Parts: sequence; structure tokens; C-alpha cells
Amino acid sequence: MYEQINYLNTSTALFLISIIGIFLNQKNILIMLMSLEMMFLSISFNLIFSSILIDDIVGQIFSLLILTVAAAESSIGLAILVIYYRIRSVITVELMTLMSG
Amino acid sequence: MYITVVILPLIGSLISGFGGRLLGYYGASIFATSCVGLSFFLSLLIFYEVGFCNSVCYISLSSWISTGTLTVNWGFLFDAVTSVMLIVVTSISTLVHMYSISYMENDPHCPRFMSYLEIFTFFMLVLVTADNTLQMFLGWEGVGLASYLLINFWFTRLAANQSAIKALVVNRIGDFGLSIGIFALFYIFNSVDYLTIFSLTPFFQNYCLSFLGIDINTLTFIGVLLFIGAVGKSAQLGLHTWLPDAMEGPTPVSALIHAATMVTAGVFLIIRFSPLVEYSSTILGILIIFGSLTTFFAAMTGTFQNDLKRVIAYSTCSQLGYMVFACGLSCYNVSMFHLTNHAFFKALLFLSAGSIIHALSDEQDMRRMGSLSQFLPVTYSLMLIGSLALTGFPFLAGFYSKDFILELSQIGTNSNLNNSIAALSCWLGTLSVLFTSFYSFRLIYLAFLNNSNSSKKVLTSVHESNLLMLIPLLILAVGSIFIGYLTKDFFIGFGTNFWNSSIFILPYNANFIESEFLEVQIKWLPFLLSTFGIILATIINLSRFYILINWNFHNFFAFLINKKWFWDFIYSRFFIYPILTFGYNITLKNLDRGFIELAGPYGVMNFIPTWANLIKKLQTGQITHYIFFMILGLCSFFILFYLIENLQFSMFLYFVLMFFI
Repeated sequence: MYEQINYLNTSTALFLISIIGIFLNQKNILIMLMSLEMMFLSISFNLIFSSILIDDIVGQIFSLLILTVAAAESSIGLAILVIYYRIRSVITVELMTLMSG
Repeated sequence: MYITVVILPLIGSLISGFGGRLLGYYGASIFATSCVGLSFFLSLLIFYEVGFCNSVCYISLSSWISTGTLTVNWGFLFDAVTSVMLIVVTSISTLVHMYSISYMENDPHCPRFMSYLEIFTFFMLVLVTADNTLQMFLGWEGVGLASYLLINFWFTRLAANQSAIKALVVNRIGDFGLSIGIFALFYIFNSVDYLTIFSLTPFFQNYCLSFLGIDINTLTFIGVLLFIGAVGKSAQLGLHTWLPDAMEGPTPVSALIHAATMVTAGVFLIIRFSPLVEYSSTILGILIIFGSLTTFFAAMTGTFQNDLKRVIAYSTCSQLGYMVFACGLSCYNVSMFHLTNHAFFKALLFLSAGSIIHALSDEQDMRRMGSLSQFLPVTYSLMLIGSLALTGFPFLAGFYSKDFILELSQIGTNSNLNNSIAALSCWLGTLSVLFTSFYSFRLIYLAFLNNSNSSKKVLTSVHESNLLMLIPLLILAVGSIFIGYLTKDFFIGFGTNFWNSSIFILPYNANFIESEFLEVQIKWLPFLLSTFGIILATIINLSRFYILINWNFHNFFAFLINKKWFWDFIYSRFFIYPILTFGYNITLKNLDRGFIELAGPYGVMNFIPTWANLIKKLQTGQITHYIFFMILGLCSFFILFYLIENLQFSMFLYFVLMFFI
């Protein structure tokens, strides 16, 4: 029982930390990508624990798929970041306001 | 024959109106005149058949409106009152048409004029022949419309336009009352037919109607509303202001509208509704008060008017007052008799005035006339006959009717009858006789007998009117002399069965026989007063009362009366101007173009772009903000679901939220 609550709390805390990392981050887009990775991790964490808990393999398969997607996503994200850096020479989030309404 | 009388003027109007250019000037005039002339001859036959042979004719043509309990037919009722009105309307109309052929000779719009005159006659005939109030109202409104068209005949003149609008609007105030009266009649009697209403009236004698929380006697209520209609049409005190202004129209129009037809419609209405009015003594009192006040006011105002036609217009107003208070004294037949006589001598006066105006090349101001008796001897003698008939000179038309009205009002002063209001009509009516003869003879002196004040240019071209204009005048003069004597016996003779049941007088109110027992001195009083008026006018005009010119009180009084006691001023100052100001400043500027536009089109137009701009500013370009909104959306989504699931708790949350907000 203690373990069950613990894993839920851990994964939720991780998720919230990653959201706050995206949300409060004003300077560096790299941190934003890292937070995103952490969000994927927390979800995978959650899935694996729950698959063990309810004794179902689908959760683990799903977490493997998420790892794949996260890898692809972070590679594309980093590629965009590099291209952006080449053009603007900064990676500050605050300064990305050319598309205001 | 009965329907033809009504239809003929309509045909004449349509053909001379639409085919005026085709028929030409004389074609249209002669066609119109012959149509109305034929109508006159037919109405003579009707008069014989209905009046003398006592065969009342009731024709129901077809259904007009039929919904639920409201059934209105196109019906025509020819009884004694109608037949007399038919004679009055068609005879005067025929003569006016004949007169107009020559009078309007140089006018380019003569066919239009004839068409209007004809449509006027048509609507008047619809009014008098109707057998239900709704059809009567059709004629009533039609007459108002036709009067508008006729007063406005010379539509390029500003004064004519103003007076026409005034006539229409002031009449509409009365019509408002009348229409409510008709609604009330339908509400009470569930019918608009005269016969139904009149036969049911006695049952509603003590029936009360709750109006604004006050119980009012039904018959009094209806009577007051009908009387408001009559006040507008017959120019009684209060709504009389349109009548003198209506003199802006061509003179034959004044003769037709203001002598024989339109203004008599109000009196006709009261006479027609005699079975209803008779049951309410309050209404009779109101009739007496308003009638006698109008008589006195108008007679007084006539004395210092300088416009030739205005003097006669006020005299019309005054004579209508006589008719109305005669109705109030329950002498409807005498009122009708005076109406008939008045139609003849007033048409004579108006048409003679037209002859003078024509001769003096459209000069209407009496101060610029004088010594016309040498130039226009025929018109002079005709005008003299008309004026004498008006003043009630013995054995002329006015004598038989007006003196009888005055004698009847003298009965009212008798304390046994408990009719204290009648004393008012007696005093005011008798005093008005003095004023009537004074202004009539002031007119005669100023226009015909005093030294001339015209310019030489006008005087060299003065000419007697041609025969076509003089023949109607001569016929009217013969009528003014003899009509009273000839028709006295069967109109107001004792025990005459001419009126049959068309006029109803409660036995309690019938006082004809008392007038035979009045003292001789009282019977002589009106004659003495009118003679005194004539003598007064003679003295003032012949001997030149210089003392009057320097007498302050006289000047003040003359000014006050010449300005018609400032009725028009008071109306425009306290009614018309505030209403117009209200209409412009409040209803138009504040409501229509202010509040409603602000809340409506302009408001929406301004609201949407403002808020669109505000919402547009939410997209700042900062990724953090976007993420914030995403998370906010997600959270509120969860909260929403949560709220839907636990409603009880949600109310609490809602209040907490409200508190924080």
C-alpha cells in the first residue's frame, strides 16, 4: 500500500516539476526540451508501475513505444533548435515573440 | 334612386379627377356640376318620399366586415334627419359647383378642384346616410381628408399648407375621441348599428363602466367621447382653432366646408345620437356649456377681425355653438332647423364674400375695401340679405330658427325646470345676438358703405361678377329669405310628425309648449339686441368715434380679440411647442438616435471590435503564455467535470469562486 501511493506521488511530482520547468522557464529553450523529456519519463514511469500493479503487459509495451517517440521527438526538437540558433544566434525563449497576435 | 344619390358624386369625382385633361376645363366642371345636380334632384325626391310620405328607407347592400360578433354591413339609412341633410349638402354643393365654374376659371387645376369638391360631397353623403357608426366614421374621416385636399388646393402657398395640416391634425384629435367612442359603443352594445344601439340604450341608463378605477355612467362616457368628435368637426371651443385658418382655401371651399357640410357633421352626429344623448343629463349639460361658450366666444372674436372671410368663419363657429346648445336643451329638431337655415345664409355670405374678393382682385382685408355698394350693387344686396338673415331679422331664415332657440333657452331660466345650466346658454346666446349683428354690419359698412380705401389700380378694375357666379347667389338669397318660413311648420311645428322616430326627445325634456307662454318682452329681446347691434355698428362707422381710438381699454380689448383671445398662442406655447420639442429632443435625439442606437446597431458595432482587439492581445507570442493557457484550460476542464459530477459541492465552489472574483 505504501509503495502504491509512493509511485503515484513520484510520477505526479515528476510530471508537475516538468510542467513547471516548461512554464517558468524564460531563458533557455534547451531546458524546455529537457523538461519535455522528463514529462515523457514521468509518464513512462507511471505506465510501468501501473502495469506491474494491475498485472498487465500493455503498460510496459506502451512505455517502450513512448521511449521511441520521445527519442524521435527530442532529435527533431534539437534539430529545430540548432537551425533556430544558426539563424537567430540566441536560444532565449523570451525573445521568441515575432508571432504575436 | 337611394344609392344613386350617394354614388353619383363619386362617379363625378373619379371621372373629372382622372379624366380631367381629357374632358378639358369646361367638360370636367360641367360634368361634375351635373352629377351633383342630379344628386340634388334625387335627394329632393327622397325628401318628399321620406320626409312627407313618412316612408323610411333602409338599404343593406352587402357585408363589409364580419368577424366574430362584429358584423358591419354596407348599409344606408334614409330617415328624416338624413333626408334633410341630403338636401342641405347636395343643394349647397350644387350651387358651389356652379359658382366654382366661373370662380376658378383662370386656375390651371380646375378639374382637380372639381374632383375634390365632388369627393367631399360623396364622403359627406356617406356620413349622413350611414346606418352604422363605422360607415359613418368612413365618411367622417373622408370629409376630413377632402377638407385637407381642398384647403391645401393652392399647395404652393405656405399658409395654405399650414392651415391644411392644422385642420387635419386638429380634426384628428376629435376623431380620436370619436373612434374611442365607437369602440366603447361596440364594447357595450356588441354592435355598431344605429338601430341596435338606439333600441338598447334605455337598458343601459344606470349601467356603470369602470374606467381607470372610477365608475362612470356608460352613456355619459360614450356621449362625452362622441362630443369630443363633434367638437373637432364642428369647431367648438377648444378645438375651434382650425376653422378660421381654414379660410386659406379658395372661397367656394369655405362656403362648402364651413357653411353647409363639414362643420355641420358634428351637429349631425349629436342629432343622430339623440336617443343616446337624451338619456344622460350630464352630456346635455356639457353640450349646453360648450355650445354657449363657443357661441359667445366666436361672436365676440368676430367683432374685431379684419379679414373678410375670417369674420364669416367666426360667425359660423358662433352659429354652430347655437346648434350645439340647442341640442343640449334637447331641441334636436330646432337645431336641425337652424342647421338648414344656416347652411343657406352662410353659403350666401361666403359666396358673396368670394364675389367681393374676386372683384377686388383677391383683396381680403376689410380695411382696404369700402364704397363697394356703388360698384357691386347686386353683391351688396345679396350680402345684406345674408347678414340680415344671420342676425335674425324678422321673417328671414335666421329669425325662425335662432329666435326659437333663444326662446327655448329662456325657458331654461325658469327655476321650475331645475336646469340651471340652461340659464348660461340663455345669457350667452342672447348676448351673442348683439355681437352677431354688430360684426355683420361692421362687415357691411367696412366693405360697402364707408369711404373707399382701395388703391386706384384696384378700383378701376372692379367689376360685378358674371352671371354664372350670381345665379347661385340669387338662388341662395331666395333660400335665405324663404326657407325658414316655408319649412318652419314641418320642422319645428307643434305636433309635426315629420321627424318620425329619427329624433328622440324624452318627454321630460320636451319644453316646446312653454315657449308659447313666455312674456312678450322676452320674445322681443333678441330682436331688440340685434337692432341695437346694427345701430351701434352704424354709429361707430358713420360718426367716427374718435374717443375710442384714444381709449386705452378699448385698444387693449380690440387687440386681445383681434388676436382671438390668444388661443392659438396658448396652444402653440403650451402644447404644440413642448410636444415638438419633446419629439425632437427626447424621442428622436435621446431615444431613437441615442439610447436605442447605442444599445442596438452602434453598440454591437463598437462592442465586437473592442473585444476582438482585447482577445487578440492574448496571443502575445510568448510561448510561456500559451502554455499557461493550455494548462489553465486543462485545469478548468477538469474542474468542470468535477462540478458536473458533484453538483452539491459545485455550488459551494461556485460561491467561493464568486467571492474571490
